[in-house]
Amino acid sequence: MNRVLAYIGQAIAYTLFAFVIGYLATSPPYTHLEPGMAVIKLSFSHAGEHIKECRRLTQEELNALPPNMRRPTDCPRERVPLLVELELDGETIYHELLPPSGLASDGASTAYKKFPISAGEHRIVARLRERRETDGFDYEKAGEISLAPQQNFVIDFRPELGGFLFL
Amino acid sequence: MTGLRTAARSVFEFAEKLFDRAFGPDWNPLYHLGTLGWFFYWIVIVSGIYLYIFFDTGITQAYESLEYITNVQWYAGGVMRSLHRYASDALIIVMMLHLVREFVMDRYRGARWFSWFTGVPLIWLVFACGISGYWMVWDVLAQYIAIASTEWLDSLGIFGQSIARNFLNEETLSGRFFTLMVFIHIAVPLFMLLVMWIHIQRQRNARVNPPVGLAVGTLGMLLVLSLIEPAVSQAPANLNIAPAVIDFDWFYLAGYPLLDWLPGLVVWALGGGATLLLLVMPWLPPGRRRTAAQVDLDNCNGCGRCVEDCPFSAVDLQQRTDGAAFSEEAIVSNNLCTGCGICVGACPTSTPFRRSGKLVPGINLPDTDLHTLREQTLAATSPLSGIGRVMVYGCEHGPDLEKLRDADTAVLKLPCIAMLPPSFIDFLISRKHVDGVLLTGCAEGDCHYRLGQQWAGQRLAGERDPYLRARVPRERVDTFWAGLTSNRKLRDELKNFRTRLSVLPAIERNKRQPVIKRVIEGDESHE
Ligand code: HEM
Ligand code: SF4
Ligand code: SF4
Repeated sequence: MNRVLAYIGQAIAYTLFAFVIGYLATSPPYTHLEPGMAVIKLSFSHAGEHIKECRRLTQEELNALPPNMRRPTDCPRERVPLLVELELDGETIYHELLPPSGLASDGASTAYKKFPISAGEHRIVARLRERRETDGFDYEKAGEISLAPQQNFVIDFRPELGGFLFL
Repeated sequence: MTGLRTAARSVFEFAEKLFDRAFGPDWNPLYHLGTLGWFFYWIVIVSGIYLYIFFDTGITQAYESLEYITNVQWYAGGVMRSLHRYASDALIIVMMLHLVREFVMDRYRGARWFSWFTGVPLIWLVFACGISGYWMVWDVLAQYIAIASTEWLDSLGIFGQSIARNFLNEETLSGRFFTLMVFIHIAVPLFMLLVMWIHIQRQRNARVNPPVGLAVGTLGMLLVLSLIEPAVSQAPANLNIAPAVIDFDWFYLAGYPLLDWLPGLVVWALGGGATLLLLVMPWLPPGRRRTAAQVDLDNCNGCGRCVEDCPFSAVDLQQRTDGAAFSEEAIVSNNLCTGCGICVGACPTSTPFRRSGKLVPGINLPDTDLHTLREQTLAATSPLSGIGRVMVYGCEHGPDLEKLRDADTAVLKLPCIAMLPPSFIDFLISRKHVDGVLLTGCAEGDCHYRLGQQWAGQRLAGERDPYLRARVPRERVDTFWAGLTSNRKLRDELKNFRTRLSVLPAIERNKRQPVIKRVIEGDESHE
């Protein structure tokens, strides 16, 4: 009798164990994004201008250098941060100076930003400045978009393809 | 022991008692959390090898190959897949319980820090295995994991380019990182095996296999679960659709929602901080450390029994250094020794019958030396009266003995019950100091010093040196493994034992007195 009870006890223990595993392995579901929402993902990597223009060295300066180091121009490696702006339905939802990467600040600036927004019609404008000057933008793209629920709408930036891409 | 730990320990012991009733102490899963971890690991490896045969490692073909395994080959591949998943989940459960239990039972500090310390990286490795595994399915969950994980990695800012950009959308999707994940999912488990092996290096006779009954039971349970609730994929990944509501394996992914709420770097700090805290736990505070055992070469003959019995590989034999006629001698590694005294109980020279003045065995505990133990035993037993005089020996991690002390009961605590040389029992009974000896200690199957209970049992049963001499009437020796919380049961057991003793032929009381004088004079006359 005791033995039977013990086996029943074991069966209960195993069942509970199985239940905990079976349940928590898939449940409860996790809501990462409200199902009615879509996502705009702004992501690109692009290098801004150098912080200063290249400068022609004067003859004296060149003479002062060892012969193997004589290059006619002096170009600073450091780059300016990119200014990026995103406007949604007339409202600025993102305005950020993206610093260049690298220890010497000579690398590309990287953007990676997600914006959960409600699905439906939206007007969206993306702008970017890569110059030293502190006014205006060098690239701008505007568009009317219609986002389905859970749509992953990507904004990339490829200057060789004309600037911003809405994907 | 802090109040909190005592409370937690009572909770564990309550659960353990419950499991004892169903599984018995030998199969009690709570005493086998580490071995169950190994067992689940092997299930995962075997099922993983099977899955890999049919798995297609291309990012676009992976999902289809798993669909084939799950649906077409449900009877084999499907079961294997479910076993693979559920055994991984079970591994998390037993690992976490194992961690908490070792902490609560205070088996991680002092000389025992090593297993704890090497256990901590195992946590990261187990999670890396599980998370990379879910990644390989390339369904919606995998997509979520890929994006969340790479964004988290990117937040460190140490990778030149954004890794998350690999998973921007379907057009830019590259299999590069996916291939890396497949590699990680095979390499990390292998590395983990190495760390698991290191983890138990300081344990003598480390148990890595659960008892057969428990193994059969858990495997059966996993099989039934696999058939009732087969592991399946979610919808195929599509990077153009953002994952919204996802079925989650909370065992592996419970930390992921943090990434939605906190900046990645903060989550790194939390994870790193928790890891650091765990790593330094054995020194927070370091715990009371008993003085290490000491070898007395004049009494050591190099027999090696202490080496055999030390649960922590803290004694070795080395070449004789004192010119004695024996070839070897025992040597203790102080930093490995927990001061449990099990070696003292193993040493053939640890006998209270010895005639020389002071009882000095080949190996001894400075804190609780054997000579004092004999003195205390004699002092405690000499005032006993009645027909059922019982000497109760317990251990520091077992029940509270003070409650048993009365006119016919003497009590003494040792660090571990296996510190008691069996000859002490012989001595007490054959010299008629008591009518019976009761040994108690940790809960059955769960010795604080791992092997003490086992060795004590084998010595009493005459299966292990030094064994209890055959002349000792076994009815006069009782063992009751009680644990911290079984005071009442122990009292009942003592009562029953005394009743059993009362029907035995009476032992004439040892009249010889007094203890101190006799020791000074030597024990000669008693032999
Ligand atoms: C995959 C995960 C793990 C496995 C398979 C595992 C397995 C084991 C095994 C087999 C033992 C030896 C049991 C014995 O023979 O006495 C052990 C002991 C131990 N483990 Fe683990 N373990 C794991 C993770 C951990 C973790 C995460 C920690 C804590 C951070 C930990 C801490 C300990 C401690 C403190 C001991 C006991 C040391 C002693 O008795 O002195 N383990 N483990
Ligand atoms: S007291 Fe003896 S048995 Fe215990 S750890 Fe030290 S050397 Fe090993
Ligand atoms: S058990 Fe005693 S005699 Fe044997 S090696 Fe160890 S200390 Fe020496």
